[in-house]
Amino acid sequence: MQNITNVIKDTAKKLLEEKKVDLVVGFAKGSLPLRSTPYFARTAEEAERLVWDEYCENNLANYLRNREEKVAVVAKGCDVRSIVALMKENQIDREKLYIIGVPCRGMIDRQKAGELVGGKEILEAEVKGEEVVLRGKGFEEKVKKEELLYDTCARCAYGNPAIYDELVGEEVPAREANFKEIEEFEALGAEERAEFLAKEMSKCIRCYACRNACPMCYCETCFVDSSTPQWISKRAYSVKDNLIFQGVRVFHQLGRCADCGACERACPMGIKLSLLTRKGVKDVKEMFDYEAGLNPNDKPVLNDFNTDDPQPFLMKE
Amino acid sequence: MIINKREIAGLLENLAKEYRVYAPVEKDGNVLLEVIEEGAEAALGAATKKPAKEILFPQSEELFSYQLSDEGLRMEDKIDKTKTVAFGIRPCDAKSMILLDNVFHNDQYEDVYYTTRRKNTIIVSLGCSEPESTCFCTSVGGGPFNTDGSDVLLIDLGEKYLAEAVTDQGKEFLSKLNLPEAGEEEKAEAEGIKKQAQATSEVDITGLKEKLDGMFEHPYWDRLHEKCLGCAACTYLCPTCHCFDIADEAKDKNGCRVRNWDSCMFPLFTLHGSGHNPRPSGKERWRQRLMHKFKYFVERYNATACVGCGRCIKNCPVNLDIRQVLAEIKAQDTGSEVS
Repeated sequence: MQNITNVIKDTAKKLLEEKKVDLVVGFAKGSLPLRSTPYFARTAEEAERLVWDEYCENNLANYLRNREEKVAVVAKGCDVRSIVALMKENQIDREKLYIIGVPCRGMIDRQKAGELVGGKEILEAEVKGEEVVLRGKGFEEKVKKEELLYDTCARCAYGNPAIYDELVGEEVPAREANFKEIEEFEALGAEERAEFLAKEMSKCIRCYACRNACPMCYCETCFVDSSTPQWISKRAYSVKDNLIFQGVRVFHQLGRCADCGACERACPMGIKLSLLTRKGVKDVKEMFDYEAGLNPNDKPVLNDFNTDDPQPFLMKE
Repeated sequence: MIINKREIAGLLENLAKEYRVYAPVEKDGNVLLEVIEEGAEAALGAATKKPAKEILFPQSEELFSYQLSDEGLRMEDKIDKTKTVAFGIRPCDAKSMILLDNVFHNDQYEDVYYTTRRKNTIIVSLGCSEPESTCFCTSVGGGPFNTDGSDVLLIDLGEKYLAEAVTDQGKEFLSKLNLPEAGEEEKAEAEGIKKQAQATSEVDITGLKEKLDGMFEHPYWDRLHEKCLGCAACTYLCPTCHCFDIADEAKDKNGCRVRNWDSCMFPLFTLHGSGHNPRPSGKERWRQRLMHKFKYFVERYNATACVGCGRCIKNCPVNLDIRQVLAEIKAQDTGSEVS
């Protein structure tokens, strides 16, 4: 990781010094254990603060829409998928974007780490090869990195950036995509599914961190913010309105969602949002054999139409 | 007074017969302040995800409802007079209530919804023997055993709690519980624990307000917000943030007026009907949030609108840490020292 950090720094400095870009969006060291933070470098000196590690969990494509200046971005597999999807929607001008691609083996879930040490506060974390050492007041635990990965990362088949101008680090072996948790969810009865969703949505505080963390959520006015008409109640205690909010958001992501999990990671209340988004990802894949953001040259799935497209939601086939 | 931990469940259950009792409860992965019926539910000592302000100032509340009929208009006020006990909240959350009092009950305005709840609520806080690494209460006029806002303060002595009355209301409340008096040894032990506990994180806010006085046009704000997503995780989970929005919800001839939390981090917060927005970007919104907490509030109420609970630090999706922001502000050259 240190090597990758050094190469990113050098690349960023060079791009800035040679005025090939005005800004490099990457990550810097965070203020908490197991945390790196999005960082905007505009000078070679600032680029010195860039880092790459297992804590670079945010999807930086979110910062790239409609930029005036020339930008370089440090992008892992999922960031690049969102970038590609945004290019198709005319939100990112590829000519003005320099992609420093970084193959990614997954990011570490702080929540999981916390649970593994029984809820005690982690004050220090150190990654040693495939192990992570977690330290706090009166404890030190060694955990396998793989066990600490975010669920979305552990199931991600696209750690390698689909497109890039420069690749930093070795390509990672592809993981097998699996939708096990979605299959389990689908196997539940309607009542159990409704109960589960109600439980998750009862946690929602309508802070909209999920929506705002998502690179694909960029409507100028989100339907939940509209007051004339007021489509849904603004009451956070209204579980059914919370579900309408998430449901509409997820429907709006069909064929666009890069399955990065940024929404779930942003949620301060720990709502299992990826169950909703990944159900959409799975359905689009199964019905239309399409996955968002993998190919810059194909047509977005919902902009394309074939007479033999499956339409199970319209008629029984 | 002494409360044996084994007796806490029974005590809470008894209280629940007379009061609406809020206590920290573990619920689907989060610790939240919930109304409890059975004492055993309470997860005392755990920090709640959401701040305790919600007890007095709920995220959503109906202010009144109305019905139109042939006979005319019928309106109903929804003032909540339920006798309430908040049991086991943190001292920082209790302190936030003192700050909120300024806003909801001052010489210009009394918010009857808030003040009625406030009058009917007894705050029993539990001191923090082990503050978290993100806690900086001591730096903003509080402390792990600060009693501001509490009626009763509990100190964890291992097998039991020592309960200290802070206010007359707290004294009366404790006297009704028929608890044994604390012995000298227990009192000494409690004092020792209080002295030992320290918020490990520090923020220096001396001179901060004066610094901010000259910073409205400072270039510092130009980049501070760059990584901010503009969500409301920080403000909704802040014990002192108190902005709200009013919405009318109507169906046919029935309706109600609802007050919901709002956040200065949302573009909609200041969007005018004309389409003009005086705070058009994250720059103006961040400046407002910082200025409100550390300058405007100080000017109006002579207090900092931050209790150092660390929730905004722990829950920010992009790790925008207010401790770093405050340190950076302190380090800015505002030119005022020169002139």
